[in-house]
Amino acid sequence: MKYSHQLNAFQLYSIVVVRILLGWYLLYEGLAKLFNPHWSSFGYLKSAQGFLSNVFHSLADNPQAIDVINFLNIWGLIAIGFALILGVFGRFASLAGAFLILLYYLAHPPLIDVNEVLMTNDNTLWVDKNLIFISVLVMLYLFPTSRIIGLDRFIFFKRH
Amino acid sequence: MGDDIKKFSRRDIVKTLATVPVLGAMGYGVLKKLDFEKKKVYNIADDLGLNLYDEPGLLSSSNGKTIRLGIIGTGGRGKYLLEAAGFAHPDTVKHWYEQNQQNKADTRYGDYMGQDDLNIEIRGVCDIFDVHAQQAMLSASNAEKSRSVDKVGAQVKRYRNYRELLAATDIDAVIIATPDHWHAQMGIDAAKAGKHIYIEKGLTRTVEEAFALRETVKQTGVVFQLGHQGRQTASFNKAKQLLDKNILGKISLIEVCTNRNDPNGAWVYPIHPEANENTIDWQQFIEPTNAHPFSAERFFRWRCWWDYGTGLGGDLLTHEYDAINQVLQLGIPYSAVASGGIYYFKDGREVPDVFQAVFEYPERDLTLMYSASLANELYRGKVIMGHDATMKMENKLEIFPDNRSTQYRKQLDAGLISSGQPMITYEPGRNTLDGTTSATEQYFASRGLLYTHVQGKRVNTAHLHLKEWLECIRRQKQPSCDINQAFEEAITAHMATIAYRENRKVHWDADKEQLI
Repeated sequence: MKYSHQLNAFQLYSIVVVRILLGWYLLYEGLAKLFNPHWSSFGYLKSAQGFLSNVFHSLADNPQAIDVINFLNIWGLIAIGFALILGVFGRFASLAGAFLILLYYLAHPPLIDVNEVLMTNDNTLWVDKNLIFISVLVMLYLFPTSRIIGLDRFIFFKRH
Repeated sequence: MGDDIKKFSRRDIVKTLATVPVLGAMGYGVLKKLDFEKKKVYNIADDLGLNLYDEPGLLSSSNGKTIRLGIIGTGGRGKYLLEAAGFAHPDTVKHWYEQNQQNKADTRYGDYMGQDDLNIEIRGVCDIFDVHAQQAMLSASNAEKSRSVDKVGAQVKRYRNYRELLAATDIDAVIIATPDHWHAQMGIDAAKAGKHIYIEKGLTRTVEEAFALRETVKQTGVVFQLGHQGRQTASFNKAKQLLDKNILGKISLIEVCTNRNDPNGAWVYPIHPEANENTIDWQQFIEPTNAHPFSAERFFRWRCWWDYGTGLGGDLLTHEYDAINQVLQLGIPYSAVASGGIYYFKDGREVPDVFQAVFEYPERDLTLMYSASLANELYRGKVIMGHDATMKMENKLEIFPDNRSTQYRKQLDAGLISSGQPMITYEPGRNTLDGTTSATEQYFASRGLLYTHVQGKRVNTAHLHLKEWLECIRRQKQPSCDINQAFEEAITAHMATIAYRENRKVHWDADKEQLI
């Protein structure tokens, strides 16, 4: 926790705000999918592009795999969102989030020869929303705030 | 050391729980959002009391007696029907299996293995080309859906003339998948022999043949099905339900089309290297039509000549017409005009490769328009145009309200529906895989009538069509595309063909049942 002494209060709270906003975003992504009976990862996987597209396509074609992926994705998003907002196992949650979104990024990398506008309505080249989220989550991992503001303060409370 | 023990202070508690209120805000927001979505989703189908997803039940076919079949004509279409009946050639099963191993998206193997057992035996195979006959005998011996079959089963017999097959006592019913010029004679002989009939479209090559075949089928009472497998397409059956409720308002114009752009689509089928006068019984091939010296080209690409078929009219117009007849019961039109020409495939063919036909139904106050090109692949679907709405009818149904609609005036004015967006979409199978993203839509955009969905399962429509026929044989009923529907198909298509060939307007006198 040494770094926290190097940060002034404003710097610390601004990181906490970023953590909460990102947690909010991921939590709502999860909840929205949970409440939509028609949602499935099939379309995202089936339309995957880039050098790993074969892997994602074969996942899409396996109905059992799709069920598992849907479950993991929805509850993964919800868990990571909760964890970031509440500050529970903050460093683990940041890494898990970065990993999950890395998968999104790899399924639809914004390459030169790929036109994703139809899919996402974004105009992107190499850098997209997902890559920015990944870097923010890595930053949150490197600047953990949950033991100062968050349930981790209690969980990792040292009496000595 | 007791002095070092830190207490979890009030300050600590505040900092621990500082972000919890965020969850409260999230909960509040989510509830508000769900409430809003519920109010926002206006479903005109609910408003109109339509139940879009009352899925048809699966016909059970395994009970009842085993039906013993013979097949006459085992070329391209005959082979396909054998597969739909559960008798694919072992090499075909092996090919599907290997393709699936390489590419999981190729589900033909799984679809085939999951196809219901129709409780049938293929006892007789008749083809006048030796290679096709031998392949079909091996298919007929592959009830096990195996990837290799050593020898032809003892119960499978090859017949060189279809009359011998029809005389066989161990055959209850026949599938006729020969070129069109043989349909009528074979159908008549089969009916007289008491065999139930599944016959490919177009029903006959000439008008006279259509009358003769109808008469015999009715006299003998055999169970008859014409091979328009679109009858089994779930979305067409749903379209009929919706149209019966007058959802489109007054229908004035119906547009149906064919667009293909490859030699295969223009009937330039490959000529088998072993095809010659020794392997093909040419005399039998030309028996019911004009004499012509042996021609492998005519044998394999018969649709290009009037002697054997009626080109686009009998092949592809009939599919489109039957789909519309199925949902609107149009029957035979009052009149037909047609135009077109041989504009692209100047390969010696006689039938047009660009063909238009316009049918008038004054009693229904509407026009049915067919437009076809075999030299362009632009997708044009079936469009039914009414005063209140337009229906696009494919494997997926879409109904767009009309801006000037009377029936939907209130909803249009309230902005609940608009002409740019379908107000009703019916897409069977949608729940099996996600259909909500644009990319997926591409995968579901079905162009043909190869498959439909029954209770979420992808099924070959020809399989369902055969199954309906077999069930009707067991229950002594007539199936959906019976001889009356078949007759309407035949006369309508012939009216267009005659209008084109004689360059005149052709009328149908419904009272006298005569073409004028």
